[in-house]
Amino acid sequence: MTFVALRMLTGDRAKYLGLVFAIAFCTFLLENQTSIFAGILKRTGSQIADVTDASVWVMDPKTEYFEQTKPLKETDLTRVRGVEGVAWAVRLFKGNPVAKTESGKFAVTFMIGIDDATLVGAPRKMLMGRWEDLRAPNSVVVDYAGYRLLYPGEPYRLGRAIELNDRRVTIVGISDPGAPFVSLPVMHARYTEAVQFQGRERKQLSYVLAQPVAGVTPEELCARITKSTGLRARTTSEFRWDSVKYYLKNTGIPVNFGITITIALIVGTVVAGQTFYLFTVDNLRQFGTLKAMGVANAKLIGMILLQALLVGAIGFAIGTGMEALFVEIFIRKVATRGLVLLWQSVALTGACIFFVVLLASLLSIRRVLVLEAAAVFRG
Amino acid sequence: MHAVDCTAIQKSFGTGEARVDALRETDFVARFGELTFIAGPSGCGKTTLISVVAGLLDADAGNLRVLGAQMGELSERKRLAFRRENVGFVFQQYNLLPALTAVENVAVPLLVAGVRRREAIDRAAVLLERVDLGSRLAALPSQLSGGQQQRVALARALIHDPKLVVCDEPTAALDHKTGDAVMTMLATHALSEDRAVIVVTHDSRMLRFAHRIAHMDDGRIVRTETRPIDKEAA
Repeated sequence: MTFVALRMLTGDRAKYLGLVFAIAFCTFLLENQTSIFAGILKRTGSQIADVTDASVWVMDPKTEYFEQTKPLKETDLTRVRGVEGVAWAVRLFKGNPVAKTESGKFAVTFMIGIDDATLVGAPRKMLMGRWEDLRAPNSVVVDYAGYRLLYPGEPYRLGRAIELNDRRVTIVGISDPGAPFVSLPVMHARYTEAVQFQGRERKQLSYVLAQPVAGVTPEELCARITKSTGLRARTTSEFRWDSVKYYLKNTGIPVNFGITITIALIVGTVVAGQTFYLFTVDNLRQFGTLKAMGVANAKLIGMILLQALLVGAIGFAIGTGMEALFVEIFIRKVATRGLVLLWQSVALTGACIFFVVLLASLLSIRRVLVLEAAAVFRG
Repeated sequence: MHAVDCTAIQKSFGTGEARVDALRETDFVARFGELTFIAGPSGCGKTTLISVVAGLLDADAGNLRVLGAQMGELSERKRLAFRRENVGFVFQQYNLLPALTAVENVAVPLLVAGVRRREAIDRAAVLLERVDLGSRLAALPSQLSGGQQQRVALARALIHDPKLVVCDEPTAALDHKTGDAVMTMLATHALSEDRAVIVVTHDSRMLRFAHRIAHMDDGRIVRTETRPIDKEAA
């Protein structure tokens, strides 16, 4: 009877396509919203994830997320270096100086000062130039999105001058770091220069980056640093999640996306569920005829479940394909870079679609089970 | 033994003031080798009677023996198997599955019985050839005329060689000539010692095909007339 069930499903092309695309768009909507949500949250920790050389971040005890920094004392670096299990520790500066181009265009930037000697803290990807070129005086590396913001429509070119805190600075490289939460140009400079670009403050050490010696885990080292110095120490992963959780807790992002996702789920459930239910109701005469011919209820249930699961699987596959295409297109756009289609998002959406299809099937099955075979003799 | 033997069958629908007694101690007999008609005005209980006889509805009371089986004693599972193996249905509105081709529709009872698809389709094609639809095997019901659809429905009812064929107004939607052709096929099927055909009809033109006519009114068989079997005419 599998063959009969499949032919019943696909016999009316309009209804069949309506069903498939109702589920496909529901899938697309759910995966799309969760992807954008995940992409935004991922951006809150991009600058943390960009630092791949060190596994421990040390900060003021009250710091909750990356953007919120209270400068440490220069002596804190020495104290961290003195903790047992620290292989090495370097400084990291984070500031927001204003950059101005020769044409007069200016923008607030995201300035990261990395260790002068080792350049620890620099992202891996470079589109033009070399990180070593930062060793030249008054030089910065700017990210490609920032470059496009400062020089809209112009090709990438090294050696261009910008003004930072009354200093003439040269762009020596164009990088591709993780997209920041706010779309500001991300600039990297050596620590000693970055603090000059920001403007002198009494304390300027934003973070200390540390790496444990072999045999000591980052978690163990964090505990030791906190115990020895009273400073807060987090592994890269922990600190990244701290930032994500801060935004989840203190912004309207989760509520707004939660509402959209809930509406998408409800609309998807209602549309897909109702379409499938009506499909079964339209076919009641056919199910009644099969019942009269001696097809058992168990077989009819099997037919309905097969139809529902097939429609659900095809719709889900098409919807996921649409979302993959969406991500593939928009991940290349500057404004939406960092968009990510998480497997968790796909799995969660799959579970939701399965639930929707199952619910619709159960309603349809109920109609077929209560259908009297004798009804086929009525008009 | 009769093909169908009903004694004092009762069937009602609804409760209280809305209760309708569709069958009131109805006695009905259909013999093997005969085409039995049930005739009567609308609402007299004809459809309820064939639904009970075919095992689609339970009788509230009375004794019902069909093809030697006491229907009241059959479990739901056995009754399904009984219908599957022994009963063929022809409906007024044909009730063909619109997504299946003519040959696939005819094959459905065999598929229900567990016959392999290829074999079922082959057997269905042979039967459709016999009802002059050999050239329309791949046509969908929507591409067939009313008469062709009813011939497909008839082939579907006969494909598994059932001992009892139950027809509800099989010629109501057909012109005279096509109706005659359908009734001739049914009469031919009935003219076998181990088979019986029951036809519910309003169409007085078709009564000439009957071997026995049970006239029904207000839930009872009020009169039964028998006619000689003319095998040549059939």
